[in-house]
Amino acid sequence: MVSASGPIAPTPFTFLDEVQARTPGNPHLNQCIQCGTCGGSCPSGPDMDHTPRGIFAMIRADMRQEVLKSNTPWFCVSCYYCIVRCPQEVKITDIMYTLKRLAVEARLYGDATAPDFSKVFINWVENYGRSFELGLMGQHMLRHNPFGVFKMASMGMGLVSRGRMAFTPKRIRDLEGLKNIIAKAKELEVSHEV
Amino acid sequence: MKYSYFPGCSLEHNAEAYDSSSRAIAGPLGLELVEVDDWNCCGATEYISLNMTAALALIARNLAQATKNGLDQMIAPCSACYLNLSKCDRYMVTTPELAERLNTALAAGGLSYQGGTIKVRHLIDVITEDVGLKTLASKVTRPLKGLRVAPYYGCLISRPGLRISEHNPEYPVSLDEILEALGAEVVDFPLKTHCCGGHMTQISESTGFDLIRQLVKGASDYQADMIVTVCPMCHLNLDAFQNGMNNFFKTNYQVPVAYFTQMIGLAFGMSARQLGFGTSLVSAGPALAKIGEELPAAAPAAGATKRKRDDKSLPMPTPLAAGQGKGGSGKGQGQEVSR
Amino acid sequence: MSDGKEPRIGVYICHCGSNIAGTVDVEEVARWAGEHLPGVVVGRDYKFMCSSLGQELIEKDIHDLDLNRVVVGACSPHLHEATFRGACQRAGLNPFLFDMASLREQVSWVCADRAVATEKAKALIAGSVYRVAQNEPLEPIIVDINPNVLVVGGGVAGIQAALEIADAGYHVYLVDREPSIGGHMAQLDKTFPTLDCSACILTPKMFSAGTHKNITLLTYADVEKVDGFVGNFTAQIRQHARKVDVSLCTGCGVCQEKCPKKVIDDVFEAGLGYRKAVYTPFPQAVPKYPVIDVQNCTYFQKGSCKVCEKFCPTGAIKFDQQDELLTVNVGNVILATGYDLFDSRRIPQYGYGRLANVFTSMEFERLANASGPTNGKVVLRDGVTVPQSVAIVHCVGSRDRNYNSYCSAICCMQSLKFAHLVHERTGARVYNCYIDIRTPAKSYDEFYQRVLEEGTVFVRGKVAEVTDAARVPGEEGKLIVQVEDTLVGHQRRIPVDMVILSAGMEPRAGAKEVGKIFGISCSMDGWFIERHPKLDPVATMTEGIFIAGVCQGPKDIPASVSQGAAAAARVLGLICRGRISLEPVRAQVNQDQCSGCRICNNLCPFNAITFIEERGVTEINPALCQGCGTCVAACPAGAITGTHFSNTQVLAQIDGLLSVMA
Repeated sequence: MVSASGPIAPTPFTFLDEVQARTPGNPHLNQCIQCGTCGGSCPSGPDMDHTPRGIFAMIRADMRQEVLKSNTPWFCVSCYYCIVRCPQEVKITDIMYTLKRLAVEARLYGDATAPDFSKVFINWVENYGRSFELGLMGQHMLRHNPFGVFKMASMGMGLVSRGRMAFTPKRIRDLEGLKNIIAKAKELEVSHEV
Repeated sequence: MKYSYFPGCSLEHNAEAYDSSSRAIAGPLGLELVEVDDWNCCGATEYISLNMTAALALIARNLAQATKNGLDQMIAPCSACYLNLSKCDRYMVTTPELAERLNTALAAGGLSYQGGTIKVRHLIDVITEDVGLKTLASKVTRPLKGLRVAPYYGCLISRPGLRISEHNPEYPVSLDEILEALGAEVVDFPLKTHCCGGHMTQISESTGFDLIRQLVKGASDYQADMIVTVCPMCHLNLDAFQNGMNNFFKTNYQVPVAYFTQMIGLAFGMSARQLGFGTSLVSAGPALAKIGEELPAAAPAAGATKRKRDDKSLPMPTPLAAGQGKGGSGKGQGQEVSR
Repeated sequence: MSDGKEPRIGVYICHCGSNIAGTVDVEEVARWAGEHLPGVVVGRDYKFMCSSLGQELIEKDIHDLDLNRVVVGACSPHLHEATFRGACQRAGLNPFLFDMASLREQVSWVCADRAVATEKAKALIAGSVYRVAQNEPLEPIIVDINPNVLVVGGGVAGIQAALEIADAGYHVYLVDREPSIGGHMAQLDKTFPTLDCSACILTPKMFSAGTHKNITLLTYADVEKVDGFVGNFTAQIRQHARKVDVSLCTGCGVCQEKCPKKVIDDVFEAGLGYRKAVYTPFPQAVPKYPVIDVQNCTYFQKGSCKVCEKFCPTGAIKFDQQDELLTVNVGNVILATGYDLFDSRRIPQYGYGRLANVFTSMEFERLANASGPTNGKVVLRDGVTVPQSVAIVHCVGSRDRNYNSYCSAICCMQSLKFAHLVHERTGARVYNCYIDIRTPAKSYDEFYQRVLEEGTVFVRGKVAEVTDAARVPGEEGKLIVQVEDTLVGHQRRIPVDMVILSAGMEPRAGAKEVGKIFGISCSMDGWFIERHPKLDPVATMTEGIFIAGVCQGPKDIPASVSQGAAAAARVLGLICRGRISLEPVRAQVNQDQCSGCRICNNLCPFNAITFIEERGVTEINPALCQGCGTCVAACPAGAITGTHFSNTQVLAQIDGLLSVMA
């Protein structure tokens, strides 16, 4: 849909329409025949509340709350096995990213570990232009897994002693430019139609 | 041959060995690498989980910066950077509406990018396609004979199948062929495209560690001396987290992990130190000592079903030749059976 | 008009229920045609023009109003042109003085707006009216039907067709490229749902076909070229050299026994067994004469051996035998060329080709077959071990846009059959991993019930991977089938000893080329295209060429046999009539205008154009010509006209269209 002032967000009909509209290209979610190849291929499938196939069945059943609360999209490791094997060409991994974004917007995830990890990662990138592992691990563990710090200690020391750990974040030269780009992009994300 | 070079955040510190070994072999392979000016993080798999336009704009800035080199090809050694950059470029070509949106964002930073301008290549493809296996083999001065390696591609380079060089995303062969050309014995590693887990160790330890365990166990079951990777994340998981995984499962694996560029460098006669071997957490020393020694015959891998060769056993089908595979069984050609 | 008379045109607009009338204002179009179009004497609309009452309307008007041209605006001419031409003919009007406008497929089914649709309908009617005024009366071309029939493909469909025609008393040439007829059905063990032994029910038919006085069996032969048209085809067949003199051979089999060269039989034994360089494909082969596989014969490759010749009691081995080219004249052709099995090596994650104990469906058929490489023992690839657990994977290479998106129709029943056979022979635990269970035909669902009763474990999920990489102790030494059990919602890893892949059916590798030889096309999936998928599945768009069996699309044995019989019935119908009338829509060369440039000569897809050297002009054979119009368009002098599609007629139609649209 396009208005005089530019593209506007479509009014979703059902949760299925909403997910399809917010995923780039045509995700073909309508074509899912529930064969389970995705759930069968998924490396982290056994640890998800619902397999990817299960999530799609729930999307079609309009179960928005349950879908966005489930840990499924957050356990997606972006391995793309599902997309490559899906007999109906459903763009599963891309749909998982959409579900992540919808969950963050709606603040509906059951367990915040994964979304927080992403947020902390991106925070460093937005403020320096590069990722900063020490900062990421530090912040993340303190918040979500404080005792894990001890377990990670030996690995951390190993990396430090081999010169693989940066102690300060690296800043890109045109950070100003990057910040402007990101700010503009965020503005455009809100009002876009895919 | 001149290329833009996009190291990515990992290659700066964590995976410095990948960077230094890539640069070390570039010269002998005839590749001139021109680093992209003032590049930024590609966002890995994190940003796209939060905000799609911002995630793609972050990536697109790198594409725009790359155009300043005046070179139309860009090498990304890290599989995640490679996938992000090529995917973003592909989106900008196929979805003009998205391209317009991203260029509006880029304009806020004084940049712009026309989809399709830069061809994003993974380092391994540049070596197999542009340099070629024959040239590679001709520069080998110290064949890696005596070393049994498990080639490990990981996910992001195998799928979703953007690389035209491989016929089948389920069974890529480029890394196998490179290692063979270097003289190593290459294991037919069944898990060569399985996922290392990415950042799962931080999200759910049991999930993340189990994925690492499966790969390390697999390589060990198949009696590989080393795992050879093409991605810094895979390397981090398999190498740096190997002891953590051992602690979690009370196992005792010590399978060293190396970058394929390090192996190429070794075969070219460069020193292990120069190639960054000392920076792994699992030592590669014992494995590297095997180079040049006679390889003991491999016992059948635990779990591998090998058939006994005798009069009763039934023949196996022949492997598919490259490019073959449309339509039926042979037309009565029959195959030689040695008597 | 060409006959000097004024046109008196009747225009009839069909409502087609609400199919046309729902979008087009049919009354308005009929009224407008009657009032505004030149030459139109009457314009009527009616609910169903194709009904007998509708046709009677036309016939009555022809008599009462002295009509000499008729235009009907209705559905597609593909459906009812013949119907209305028939009505005209019955009323004494030459059927080619009729034209039909498609107001359904070309207007009401593609326009949503009523005003736009009505306008377009008017334009199409105007086009037809202007055109039909230029039509000339034509007489059909009558040709005789040669009662001989060529059947290509000796599988069960081809054999059925050949037997039916031969039993009716007409001669059949039955050609097959393999050394024996029987096709894929001969390879099977038991057939569903009755569990009849395949060879037991097929071999009697094979034997009949092999000994029938009206069937000339040409095995180890290929059709290379076909010329002609319905009723009058000439086929050139290459009989490959068997290197065996069939007039001397008794089929004793000593040559096979003594031959020292063993090769893997990747046709009949699906790569699971061996044969010799001189061989018959299976013991019940028809004909019984062996062939020498020249690529693998020691004598032909290296010049030594000749053991078969030495031991043959009748001296039937003839190493210098050459291929023979035969020419046969037939009236009709039935193609029953069958299918190829999907190559499971294309799906590396299922492990076929790497993991020893992953078998394809055809390999398993040979395993289970009593005359197969293990004499019917279901064992692992070591040839000895009996499996204790077996997984059967449905939909391998079918229902999958990565490979073939169609369903192969027989795999579910085949997989159930395998489950039954594995139980019966080994007592192993059987897992069937499926997406849907498709058992539509007679007694099929009862078979499913039987397999359920036997205790097969059904797991609803398409298998993601078959691997030997064990994760936990219980998986060591096994093949692990990784699949989501969708009904439970969890991923499962099922350790088994053997995996059987129900591979799909694919069109034959050379189907497109074979189609070209006979002048028929293949669909996007590669199967031969039928004339109409529902109403005419055995005929093709080329008169005289029929298709039967899996070459038309995946199907089971009962359906293949039915199609073989159906094609035979169609052919017998034509033979009974003895003659056939062909549409006189043909191209003609005005030889006064022809300059002899010969540009058209090589363009004819039907080889209907010849050049007459002495007179330096081109001539077109009206019987071969199919009226495609290629030469008409190509002639730079405009010397070729297409009968019933002359320049005058086509330009008139354009004028008619533009009179409304412009």
